[in-house]
Amino acid sequence: MQVARKIVLHFPPLLVDQPIIYRLVKDYDLQFNILKASVTPKEEGLLVLELSGEEKNYERGVRFLADTGVEVQSLIQDVARSEDRCTHCGACVIICPVGAFVVEPRTRRVDFLDTKCIACELCIKACPVRAMEVRL
Amino acid sequence: MTKTIAEINEKIARGKAVVVTAAEVIDIVKEKGVAKAAQEIDVVTTGSFGPMCSSGAYMNVGHSKPRIKLGGGKVYLNDVPVYAGLAAIDLFIGVTAIPDDDPRNRLYPGDFAYGGGHVIEELVAGKDVRLVASTYGTDCYPRRKLETWINIKDVNEAVLFNVRNAYQNYNVAVNLGERTIYTYMGVLKAKLGNANYCSAGQLSPLLNDPLYKTIGIGSRIFLGGGVGYVAWQGTQHNPSAPRTEKGVPTQGAGTLAVIGDLKQMKPQWLVGTSFLGYGCSITVGIGVPIPVLSEEMLAYTAVTDADILAPIVDYSEAYPQRKPDILGEVSYAALRSGRIVVEGKEVPTASLSSYFKAVQIATILKEWIQRGEFLLTEPVAPLPGVEAGITFKPLEDRPLEETASSP
Repeated sequence: MQVARKIVLHFPPLLVDQPIIYRLVKDYDLQFNILKASVTPKEEGLLVLELSGEEKNYERGVRFLADTGVEVQSLIQDVARSEDRCTHCGACVIICPVGAFVVEPRTRRVDFLDTKCIACELCIKACPVRAMEVRL
Repeated sequence: MTKTIAEINEKIARGKAVVVTAAEVIDIVKEKGVAKAAQEIDVVTTGSFGPMCSSGAYMNVGHSKPRIKLGGGKVYLNDVPVYAGLAAIDLFIGVTAIPDDDPRNRLYPGDFAYGGGHVIEELVAGKDVRLVASTYGTDCYPRRKLETWINIKDVNEAVLFNVRNAYQNYNVAVNLGERTIYTYMGVLKAKLGNANYCSAGQLSPLLNDPLYKTIGIGSRIFLGGGVGYVAWQGTQHNPSAPRTEKGVPTQGAGTLAVIGDLKQMKPQWLVGTSFLGYGCSITVGIGVPIPVLSEEMLAYTAVTDADILAPIVDYSEAYPQRKPDILGEVSYAALRSGRIVVEGKEVPTASLSSYFKAVQIATILKEWIQRGEFLLTEPVAPLPGVEAGITFKPLEDRPLEETASSP
């Protein structure tokens, strides 16, 4: 069975200069999509990934990460919308690089498709009523 | 066919009035024609829900013991400075006010997370707000400092008083420059990256009564989730703006000053607003009922987004430098399609005013009227119309080295 999961990886300083993600592709046949990266040499690194592939390979890959010393957290939901605050104006629509906000043509309601969201956080401050929140 | 407001009110009181929204009236007119629709319909309700910066509230907080003269002193609500140049305990808070220690645009683009609009939203939500004041002492007002919680339910009056709301049409903002800019029309990406607009279009109050034939001083309206009134024409009211044959202005034109008891308003219709790199504001819900006094009035309310044109303005150069140049005109129907063409380039559009919520406002107002809870008022005076010849004047600098002119 194919799986696709968003995970947060914390790299200890020792591992920052090692090609770990490459091994996920080469040895475990997994695909990755980097949603966010903050990796500085000699310091801790943080990587938010969507990892997809065969479930068996995915689990082996994640175990490999943990064995190497990478701390793995699952990312349940990263950016969420406060339904109470959202005014459905639509200012976010042109800000989102992946089209996660869609205006329903008849009612002009703005829908947030969190499955499309890549947690880039561009919408957070572009929203005039600050209805978008980072939730980890 | 003519009706009077008194006749319409009588039908409202009997629960017999036919009320439709400014969105619904469009299809009714398409189906039945203006004459038949005007006979059947008594009231058309409009709505708008967008950022409106010339908004604020005044309140009278009651006298402390011993008394303090806030008037002439420095007063803060949740660290936001409020205007205290009135009598001892009357205050005015404007929605664009921000705390003294807000970094503004020093860290560009500034965040502007909390300002006067957010204070008003919290007051309306019934939350306690921190009042901190310092002033000079007098014989009758000896106290110099005050730090206390206040709550909207305890103050004597809390009144929303917005000096310019419900703009009749507005600019479409684009950016011809080389870098992203941060404006009151939202984030505008470089080289025509997006086009932002801000009007409820066919639902907008003054676009449904383009020549101010029914909306006037004293008109009872939906304001911030409660009942309010048109107090005056708004600032920058410009009835002389260019218009289409049907009287619909093709740029910003009429405006309304509105007033209402803040205590009966609701926080979901007065929402604190932050424009990245620009400042704080508030998103205000307004709805105005239009009495169908004649076929002519009904025809006005049948205006559609395709009939309303707005000017496309460059906010990287033309707007800040007050150049009159526009890059063309575009209809709200085109804007709502999600893409327009500017200078030969296809540009994605975004709205700052919520059409979805404007429909809700028009619907709530319709239900109030249908239930007989909301009667229409006869304006006590009209708003200045085209014949008034009022224009929107710029400020021409007069260097202080020149002698001041005397009357």
